[in-house]
Amino acid sequence: MDRRSFLKAGAATTLGASLSAGMLPFLKVLPASAATADTLVVVTGTTINSLDLHRTGTNRPSYQVSVNCYDRLLTFGTKTMPDGSLSYDYAKLEGELAESWEIAPDGDSVTFKLKDATFWDGKPVTAADVKWSLDRAVSVGGFPTVQMKAGSLEKPEQFEVVDAKTFRIKFLRKSKLTLPDLAVPVPFIINSTVAKANATEKDPWAMEYLHRTPAGSGAYKVERWDPGQQLVYTRNDAWKGGPLPAAKRIIMREIPSQSTRRALIERGDIHLSHDIPAKDAKELGALKTVKVVGTPIENCLHVLCTNLNFEPFKDKKVRQAVAYAVPYQEIFQNAAYERGAPMWGAKSAEPTDIAWPQPFPYSTDYDKAKELLSQTAFKDGFEVPLSFDLGTAEWGEPTALLIQEGLAKIGIKATIDKIPGANWRTVALVEKKLPLHLDNFGGWLNTPDYYFFWAYVKGNLFNSSNYDDAEMMQLINETLHMPMDDATYAPKIKRMIAKAFDDVPRIPLYQPNLDVAMRPGLDGYEAWFHRMVDVRPLTFKTA
Amino acid sequence: MTLPPKVRLVGRRLLQAAPALAGIIIITFVLTRALPGDPAVYFAGPAADEASIAEIRKQLGLDRSLPVQFVSYLRDLATGNLGTSISTGQPVLTEIVTRLPASLELTLTALLLAIAVAVPLGVLAATRPDSWVDHLCRFVVTAGVSLPTFFTGLALVYLFYYLLGWAPPPMGRLDILFLPPDRVTGFYTIDSLLAGDISAFGSALAHLALPAVTLALFTLAPIARMTRAAMLQVLGSDFIRTARAAGLSRRTVLFGYALRNAMLPVITTLGMVFSFALGANVLVEKVFAWPGIGSYAIEALVVSDYAAVQGFVLAMALLFVALNLLIDVIYTLVDPRLQLEE
Repeated sequence: MDRRSFLKAGAATTLGASLSAGMLPFLKVLPASAATADTLVVVTGTTINSLDLHRTGTNRPSYQVSVNCYDRLLTFGTKTMPDGSLSYDYAKLEGELAESWEIAPDGDSVTFKLKDATFWDGKPVTAADVKWSLDRAVSVGGFPTVQMKAGSLEKPEQFEVVDAKTFRIKFLRKSKLTLPDLAVPVPFIINSTVAKANATEKDPWAMEYLHRTPAGSGAYKVERWDPGQQLVYTRNDAWKGGPLPAAKRIIMREIPSQSTRRALIERGDIHLSHDIPAKDAKELGALKTVKVVGTPIENCLHVLCTNLNFEPFKDKKVRQAVAYAVPYQEIFQNAAYERGAPMWGAKSAEPTDIAWPQPFPYSTDYDKAKELLSQTAFKDGFEVPLSFDLGTAEWGEPTALLIQEGLAKIGIKATIDKIPGANWRTVALVEKKLPLHLDNFGGWLNTPDYYFFWAYVKGNLFNSSNYDDAEMMQLINETLHMPMDDATYAPKIKRMIAKAFDDVPRIPLYQPNLDVAMRPGLDGYEAWFHRMVDVRPLTFKTA
Repeated sequence: MTLPPKVRLVGRRLLQAAPALAGIIIITFVLTRALPGDPAVYFAGPAADEASIAEIRKQLGLDRSLPVQFVSYLRDLATGNLGTSISTGQPVLTEIVTRLPASLELTLTALLLAIAVAVPLGVLAATRPDSWVDHLCRFVVTAGVSLPTFFTGLALVYLFYYLLGWAPPPMGRLDILFLPPDRVTGFYTIDSLLAGDISAFGSALAHLALPAVTLALFTLAPIARMTRAAMLQVLGSDFIRTARAAGLSRRTVLFGYALRNAMLPVITTLGMVFSFALGANVLVEKVFAWPGIGSYAIEALVVSDYAAVQGFVLAMALLFVALNLLIDVIYTLVDPRLQLEE
């Protein structure tokens, strides 16, 4: 038998038994019959740099450890997409460690009843653990604290232990974002007894310990972490957060070269290749031996940003002229490989509903663009650098070239400026000094006001356009915490979207996909807003 | 001083390395700080605000003045602490110690492979100019130099893994279900043999094959070229004519006199080839998911990870000083003239 049929069958032995032997006797293991695989192999192109999301410098790929090894109070439900694939459901909150929860009659707090769950070491999960963990998230600073703040979770005083199994959060303000924010990867629940035992005076939150040694109650434990190479998960058989996963072990391998990852999935030596480029998704999708699942990333857009600090773009008509000079269709074909959702060509300048993202009322029309430009002080055109992040060159490069061509047709000379990933955040998002650039912001919490809060409020990180408008600001402030069923919510959101249509500081190109390639026998894959692999529901059946 | 000349030679070369190292420490420190981009902003994460960026800058010690940062860097260095790489979250020293053997194993195997092919090829080409061997040598050399390593790597993966299925999946140093052998040298092939684990040895060897061949194809060109040129020159010189006239056998002339003299420039070339093979490693490591030091350094550079970049450059500098020393010592062994230098 070869390696592939072995993986199909899954290792029947456990690692523990063979640790002493130094290797798994994989040549001796034969598939008994059609069965569910015990071991799954998942590859990614990115590196996990910490097992603790709260640590300074923890990168995005590491968030998967929080998802797979820890539980939160809440999680999101699952919905079936129109194409039959699965996605998380922002509209449906479910308990992960919480058995139930109840908003106080006065609406000023929420009380959680905890499940009878245990941590990996057998100790029961208590309200004290929950409090310690949430205190940590709002206290350590950096990204976790900012994300908690988005849900109006800001101070340890908000978190109250009622009894061992009852936990209360006092609201700073009534906000629709608070409960969903408890289901994002940040507020994960840590075994506080273990953590405190490993804390020091200099390191009260046990950052150094949890960085390498997770201590949670989640579905998978970390069996082995070789930084830069692999992370091996083993199942926690006592998991209470959801249905017990099918796979006993999951090996996450880091394979930097995209070509190599593609060869591996095509040959069937691995079960799932995460976050593949659009081009591969299109080509692999045509094969019978590989299953490709593409899910539009909610609340995420690839946009062309005009910077209002740059003289010509101060004029709304110039921005609109640019929006009419973008070759949308070509970009969708050559950069997105037709994967994702088009975001141009809406019929009406007024939004009909509050769906977000939704197509903007622009399409490629060079005559209209020229006419608009001729009404401005810049009718003879101007020169502008068009920048993109080299880290996103897969779609950024073809997109920038096509936009350069389009702009040339109305007399705007764009010079392409590629910026390495390390500098991108500084110049584009912090200093906000790029006159014209590509951006791919997506908001975790799936409401239009949340996107607008980050991208259309002056000074906020993703408003790299320096857009500043009093009415927009007021609309965002009013809607950000308002319940979505409030009677005034929809009209306000429509007004916000209409303003974004008209002012166009950000010109949407398309809504990108998260594409994943897998073996045809793999089931249960679910797309998440955090764009990490949730390995818990994955099952693989051999034919 | 009555030290033997060879010891003195080694001592002198070591002393010469000291100012070079001091220079390297200063230059890498200044250069990494001169990199554009702000690590604090990068590591503050996707939704950071001004306050959290300032907080992280303070945690990283980047809010202090450069001289203060430099002094604390030197103090750490003196205690063998290279700092913690923020992008991988591991101490830099640990990273280098685990990753350098992987790169060295690959590079040395490739180099041995290259020498085993290139030297005989060069000698044969020189003894039979314009024959088919000479043309073959020319072809291999041109191909080796002109094909980029990542291309050769991908082509070999496509042929031997994807199409033929002979090679194991290009997923690192061992089969996915093997555990690395107990660490002695860090070279998996050697460690697995020491542990007496033949199947792990086989797996390590199989995984080493394609990347090593890729790198060997790239490195054999200058070696073959140099061997051929040096051999041609030596074979045309007076002492070889004399030796032939004296009726020495072809074998004695070729291997006893010609090759030994021709080896000197080849050894110098080897030193250089080794250094740029370590550079070319980066691409090969990427293609084969080889957990070596090259890919680590590139990742660190991309995110302005100061500690990692400094540690890497320092490790490389030490390696080169050691390598040059080794080459010099080999030189004295091969070249009798150097011993007369008194």
